[in-house]
Amino acid sequence: MEVLFQGIREALRLLLTLDREVLSITLLSLKVSGLATLISVGMGMGGGTAVALTEFPGKRLLVSVVNTGMGLPPVVVGLLVTVMLWRNGPLGALEILYTPTAMVIAQTVIAAPIVMGITIAAIQNLPPNLKLQILSLGASRPQMLLLLVREARLPLLAAVMAGFGGVISEVGASIMVGGNIKGYTRVLTTATVMESGKGNFDTAIALGIILLTLCFGINYLLTVVQQRERPR
Amino acid sequence: MNRTPVLEARDLRVRRGGTEVLAIDSFILHENETLALIGPNGAGKSSLMLTLAGLLEPASGHLLFRSEQFPTGSGATGYRRRIAMVFQEPLLFDTTVFGNVAAGLKIRGVPPGEIRERVDATLQRFRIAHLAGRSARKLSGGEAQRTSLARAFATRPEVIILDEPFAALDPPTRQLLTDDLEQVLREWGTAAILSTHDQGEALRLADRMMVMNNGAIIQSGPPSEVMNRPATEFVASFVGMENIFTGTTTTTIGGLLYLEVAGTHLEVMGDGVTGEDVVFCIRPEHVVLSVGTPESHTSARNVFPGKVIRIVPQGLYQKLYLECGFTLVAAVTNQSLQELRLAPGSPVVASFKATAVHLFRSG
Repeated sequence: MEVLFQGIREALRLLLTLDREVLSITLLSLKVSGLATLISVGMGMGGGTAVALTEFPGKRLLVSVVNTGMGLPPVVVGLLVTVMLWRNGPLGALEILYTPTAMVIAQTVIAAPIVMGITIAAIQNLPPNLKLQILSLGASRPQMLLLLVREARLPLLAAVMAGFGGVISEVGASIMVGGNIKGYTRVLTTATVMESGKGNFDTAIALGIILLTLCFGINYLLTVVQQRERPR
Repeated sequence: MNRTPVLEARDLRVRRGGTEVLAIDSFILHENETLALIGPNGAGKSSLMLTLAGLLEPASGHLLFRSEQFPTGSGATGYRRRIAMVFQEPLLFDTTVFGNVAAGLKIRGVPPGEIRERVDATLQRFRIAHLAGRSARKLSGGEAQRTSLARAFATRPEVIILDEPFAALDPPTRQLLTDDLEQVLREWGTAAILSTHDQGEALRLADRMMVMNNGAIIQSGPPSEVMNRPATEFVASFVGMENIFTGTTTTTIGGLLYLEVAGTHLEVMGDGVTGEDVVFCIRPEHVVLSVGTPESHTSARNVFPGKVIRIVPQGLYQKLYLECGFTLVAAVTNQSLQELRLAPGSPVVASFKATAVHLFRSG
């Protein structure tokens, strides 16, 4: 129990003294996971809406693949991205392994299916004739898509939260493709694993608390957006 | 009524999922006209309405709006802005009633001041101004469908397409909404197509009735004509002609036919050839019932003594199944039933005029 209190005290100290290293780790975590979530939202919501609204052969298979992708183990993604970006790999020429860019790619691979899977379900869950109703109100195709997305905003914002939650908290892929390099690719999760491995439980707990606070803060903001403008 | 066509379809063929669901040779909707589409489930009513609303692309044929060919692809948006459609479900947006009614206008980029003005006027017209700020999710079925109608009418469409808009509502709410819709259609002179399973609703609102089956139009005409002079046996049974018989012409004398049905002889108005097999029908409400001597005091050419075999209440009237050598169905008011003191087994005299019989060839 003493270890836990010590960890909380350490977290408060690190936060209140604006510890430079912790600050840079937190900012990098936010930057990498935020960017990966943003790209995933673009790809996942766009692709998910298109899949949900279009009928084509193999749709069921594709949706099954996406749904499987929602549970991709981060270490498998890390391994796959590492192999692709390895010096002799297909994308080795890019020379981005052990960089924040590689971490963004890996986290995007993790988050995009989560966002896409929830988007498909959310759009398919709307009344089947809603699309026709919107078009019959005179909407162009982009206006129709916007209105559909607006109607599904509750589950779609949940998709953003799930995507962000999935990547900010993952460690396997980040450590494999980022390498946990101090001051360059070290993020909250990889630092927590490292400090814990070294037996520095107070620092590990402090980093864990910062991570939890960050997750709560971001999700609180998204929830405020999700719940606002709902008429009573 | 103005006879200028607003919507026209010629040789229209529509396919869905690889199957032809619509084969319309000719369709016209006139200015200020209310057209009721009736037909069984799967007859093609919804497909026709979606096609006319520019929401379903025809495989072939011509679709004309004010004599101009429908545009396809992105060009269809402009056309759709002149038409509005209301579905069976209200399909409201997750916002206020005001927000819903304003939706079509916002889509068209109407300035906010004008939107407020037009939405307020439409909310008043549909008697839902007091609900303007309420969430669409908290409306009753009737209020939600009223909002859906207001949303469609707020854009002042040139044609409104109503796909069974009141099907999910209880009878009193349905009645109130039908009243309001009738008034708006008459006041605003909007051309309308209404599909319904409620023939009372169709008779009340429609200037013209169209019967569909298997993706084709079977009959189109004034409601009284469709109800009393059905073109085919299918239409006859669909519009409630329960008395449909097959008989043989025994004699023809100057526009009067003598038919034999199950050993009984009938007189009907019409032309025919002796020995010809014919199908004919009589509306249950055209059968007159009396008790007493069969031939006394009636101008009806067909009088049959018989007895009541079954009475089925239908709300405001009762349906009586009679055995007169053949089974005949009559519709009488509750009051008449009481006055005649009829019950299953009661002797009764059924009569109908030669002109009440509608004849179609069996071929």
